[in-house]
Amino acid sequence: MNIHEYQAKTLFEKFGVAVPKGAAVQTAKEFEGALAQLDGTHGYMVKSQIHAGGRGKGTFTNGFKGGVKFSATKEKALENAQAMLGNTLVTAQTGEAGRKVQTIYFTEAANLGKRADGRDDEYYLAILLDRATSCPVIVASTEGGMEIEHVAHHTPEKIFKVQVDPAVGLQAFQARQIAFSLGFTGEIFKQCVTLVTKLYQFYWDKDCAMVEVNPLLVTQEGKLLALDAKVSFDDNALFRHPDVVALRDLNEEDAKEIEASKFGLSYIALDGNIACLVNGAGLAMSTMDIIQHFGGSPANFLDVGGGATKDQVTAAFKIILGDANVKGIMVNIFGGIMDCNVIALGIVEAVKETGLKLPLVVRLEGNNVEAGKATLAASGLTIVSGDSMADAAQKIVKLVNNK
Amino acid sequence: MSILVHEKTRLMVQGITGDFGARHARLSLDYGTQLVAGVTPGKGGQVFEHNGFKVPIFNTVAEAAKQTGATVSAIFVPPPFAADAILECYDADLDLAVAITEGIPVRDMVRAKRAMAGRRTRLIGPNCPGLVTPGHGDKSHGGCRIGIAPGYIHRRGNVGVVSRSGTLTYEAVWQLTCRGKGQSTCVGIGGDPVNGTSHLDVIKLFNDDPETDAIIMIGEIGGNAEVEAARWIKAHCKKPVAGFIAGATAPAGRRMGHAGAVIGGAEDTAAAKIKIFEECGISVAATPSDMADALLRIWKG
Repeated sequence: MNIHEYQAKTLFEKFGVAVPKGAAVQTAKEFEGALAQLDGTHGYMVKSQIHAGGRGKGTFTNGFKGGVKFSATKEKALENAQAMLGNTLVTAQTGEAGRKVQTIYFTEAANLGKRADGRDDEYYLAILLDRATSCPVIVASTEGGMEIEHVAHHTPEKIFKVQVDPAVGLQAFQARQIAFSLGFTGEIFKQCVTLVTKLYQFYWDKDCAMVEVNPLLVTQEGKLLALDAKVSFDDNALFRHPDVVALRDLNEEDAKEIEASKFGLSYIALDGNIACLVNGAGLAMSTMDIIQHFGGSPANFLDVGGGATKDQVTAAFKIILGDANVKGIMVNIFGGIMDCNVIALGIVEAVKETGLKLPLVVRLEGNNVEAGKATLAASGLTIVSGDSMADAAQKIVKLVNNK
Repeated sequence: MSILVHEKTRLMVQGITGDFGARHARLSLDYGTQLVAGVTPGKGGQVFEHNGFKVPIFNTVAEAAKQTGATVSAIFVPPPFAADAILECYDADLDLAVAITEGIPVRDMVRAKRAMAGRRTRLIGPNCPGLVTPGHGDKSHGGCRIGIAPGYIHRRGNVGVVSRSGTLTYEAVWQLTCRGKGQSTCVGIGGDPVNGTSHLDVIKLFNDDPETDAIIMIGEIGGNAEVEAARWIKAHCKKPVAGFIAGATAPAGRRMGHAGAVIGGAEDTAAAKIKIFEECGISVAATPSDMADALLRIWKG
């Protein structure tokens, strides 16, 4: 689960991680009140709150450029906020449709320090799981304010990693290693050790999947601040964090994915025109692959799980048919334990209930498969049977492409 | 021999009184597996009955192991309590803990895996279908079925199968069985980012197993476990290996059902993994329908 920057920073503050002072509002009439709480000595930042990166370089559908704007005066901040709120921001990560900005976050602009070479004094810090070792890893770099993938590719020597032993947690010497690796001394060094320690505590206590601060910066007044904050949580651990669940913003999630999750279905929309309905994540992924292999284009990932019921199958059909791009459906079920006939009955009912007119190819294999096939054949519906995954995929691709 | 478990392996089920655990305990009993104990804290002394089988229930794993000689546990405990159930297995010094449970918090698994390092107990899973060593009976009856795989699709033979995904494992097994090729052991290692036994661990066991003559390795996008295994195969494996990687069409950054199936970096993609498989001499199946045939192209059985 992802949260907004302003929510992440509120959590940071709770854990003692220093951030610039800010205020988030959802309506224009709150703008003035929010700005009144802030010290604008060095100006303000006006930040669109959406769950996608690349906001600064994004463009609104009304032509306004930049989802994150420095504003020297209160008047300018108000003007920028008016241009953003309620409008749709398109960034490299949102796709063409973009996201509607429903919250504006005002912060005090920091008096950014400069390095000896004249560059901004910005750093990178992240905490995530290292899959190779199954341990948390802290990643730090002197190259903040740019894409970390770019740094990793071109100057890997500027990326520093510390692996945390989960048996004992983050140790003081490790926090010092990070601070030394970033070249800090004196007061900033101490602030960095504290910030890393608190940030790790937040990551661990709140079951985060990832915490990323980019940039982390040093101000001319000698303060270390988390200027941006990107936080995601482990979905499996949400049950023990009701405070985190309360931060969920359904506006930022795909309506069909939310609907699917209500029925215990795992659904992800893609750009193609052949929908698939499959049991099991691995089989669902490879059903998409085989559709593409034979020249088709998958419209979605949809896993109905290991013990799919009739209701789930019907719900799955409705979700699939909610996508206007869909021109055909492939059902691929390996009913190891579940009864293929139950699935077949579910398919027949779903087809009748939804009045399906699109080509449908069904591949059933496994337990009680003969009865399942007989049910489909006796239904009087135009359902094409596939003997194997390959056969079914070839049939649906042909039916869709020849239309 | 098979790997990890065989026909005489004595099994316990943690969470045997829950719907999910009970259902699969019955299927294992029907398959002829030596399911000798159940564990549900607070229900010790009760008996799990099915088709004339009477399986005693214990309060603790240690007690179940001591009283029945069970050396392996199948864990069907709900996610909030599953890591605790896993750790109870290592405390009792079992040979093997097989965690079927889906949805265990990553932090719990990070701690559990660290605690089990250097211990005797091997963990398979979590979020896995378990493992099957087929029996010699009709429809492989009499084998050791641990977890949720359908037993009847198997046939005893000489192909080892290792996969993260349940249904893809069944697909490969069924293709083999339909072509008259049986399996030594089929292992589902699970789709989570933190799991106990890796592809490589299982490949090494197959390589050393005299009954296993050939191997099918099924992987997914995300992480580098398949790549690690492929490189080892190139350097050390004496047996023919066929492989498949699911997720060629998966978009970057989206979790494809399995928590571990997310494309993070360039090495995580299906195309990158397939290329490395080919470089390592693995016969790559172009589609999931081609898994058994990909093996039969390089191994005549």
